[in-house]
Amino acid sequence: MSREVAVLGVGMHPWGKWGRNFVEYGVHAARAALKDAGVPWRDVQFISGAATMRCGYPGYVAGATFAQALGWQGAQVNTSYAACASGSQALAAARAQILSGGCDVALVVGADTTPKGFLAPAAGYRPDDPDWVRFHIGITNPTYFALYARRRMDLYGATVADFTAVKLKNAAHGAENPNARYRKRFTREEVDASAMVADPLRLLHVCATSDGGAAIVLSSLEYARRRGGKSAPRIAAISTVTPRFASTEVEMPDIATDSAAAVGGHSFRGSLAARAYEEAGVGPQDLSLAEVYDLAASMELDWYEYLGLCKTGEAEGLLRSGATSLGGRIPVNASGGLACFGEAVPAQALAQVCELVWQLRGEAGARQVKDARVGITANRACSGTARPCL
Amino acid sequence: MTAKSPVAAIDGWYTLDDPPHLIGSRCLTCGTYFFPRQASFCRNPDCEGETFEDVKLSRTGKIWSYTNACYQPPPPFVAPVPYLPFAIAAVELAAERMIVLGQMSAGIEVGDLRVGMEVELVLERLYAADGQEKLIWKWQPMGRAP
Repeated sequence: MSREVAVLGVGMHPWGKWGRNFVEYGVHAARAALKDAGVPWRDVQFISGAATMRCGYPGYVAGATFAQALGWQGAQVNTSYAACASGSQALAAARAQILSGGCDVALVVGADTTPKGFLAPAAGYRPDDPDWVRFHIGITNPTYFALYARRRMDLYGATVADFTAVKLKNAAHGAENPNARYRKRFTREEVDASAMVADPLRLLHVCATSDGGAAIVLSSLEYARRRGGKSAPRIAAISTVTPRFASTEVEMPDIATDSAAAVGGHSFRGSLAARAYEEAGVGPQDLSLAEVYDLAASMELDWYEYLGLCKTGEAEGLLRSGATSLGGRIPVNASGGLACFGEAVPAQALAQVCELVWQLRGEAGARQVKDARVGITANRACSGTARPCL
Repeated sequence: MTAKSPVAAIDGWYTLDDPPHLIGSRCLTCGTYFFPRQASFCRNPDCEGETFEDVKLSRTGKIWSYTNACYQPPPPFVAPVPYLPFAIAAVELAAERMIVLGQMSAGIEVGDLRVGMEVELVLERLYAADGQEKLIWKWQPMGRAP
């Protein structure tokens, strides 16, 4: 039995710092995706929302919030929350609903309105919450990004110039993307002159937080065939696996890793991609492009290795060869990535899939990857692959 | 006004004696260590242990990686005025095979650090409230006078 679903349409609200209600962005993206799909809202049987924790109650029940905003029409509803991976889980829920025969057409929506500056935890004295504890002692998200970056420098000879090269590459890609928040082609001097945030990472190495919205219309392959028209890209796999105990990775928001003293340790992120490749029946050598979570420029290099684009310790070489730039062997973050978008948490994983869909349909304009056939996206907790109809 | 004696900024995570230790726990069934302490269920997927002993974790380790906080973190961090950047390290504890994060002791800068450097646990002031010092664990390069 096919485990594939068709992507009939995608849509986004441009990323920025618009300061409006997140529901507006979600509705804008949803309507764009439905129009792109040629599917009337009333035909949607399942709506899956990615939750946001910063916008009050409507954000906690995002699926219902978007359904109400688009007009109650009796669809089944789901809301998923998994921090950066909320969009992936909302997408996975819709895919599972379709594959189990629960519906033919589903709409997935994620949108967020973010505050300025650091993302911060909920208020109150909560020493049982590792997220509260780490902020109490001054450990923010960029702390973790910088620990990984410094580790790369020490282990693999990465340099700050490499991190800056990732930023410049993604800025050049994103300059061609009308949905990106930052469309400026930065120079090395500008990055070097930006303020230090968490040594060795400067402000322009670290992604901002943004407002934005993204939506995807999914259907069964049979529904896609019945309605005819041009062939739609397909999602062949979504991997949402957890780490394995004892997980040896220093991970937000934890203060300490698991102890590997009694049972031995496991590395997480490589297994995430392996699971997606296995399910999709493709390997890294089959990829035309990848969209990865560059929360900091240095983390894009980690992803080259986790996705198997190169061996561990060889990401800097792959970057320097130009392979991951547009025109290279395996362009990474052709959209501009988080460097150009800034993170709109529940929408970001969906935005990555939107980019793959435009690329696989050959509609990405000046940032088009030539002959794109198979792509993969990766965010903090999940990855999926999409490929066009054969 | 008499000075009140210092207290822990976070209760139950570390001892206040000299020298101080992080308080972890160890599953009596499978032997896995936990920090912060775990007291009611073991997180090893092959262990259903529900009994634990509190253990003092190793108070020395090696730096796995390090950075600093140049921007003032948001609450619940209580920032000094004016704000003073501080270094942060992730430290590998050999016996526990675990990495524990923490601030570096006051005055230590990123330039003083390298991966693999040996550090030890100390207590320092995190902030003061109502005339009382709130103490936190920090890492300090070995052999450096407090």
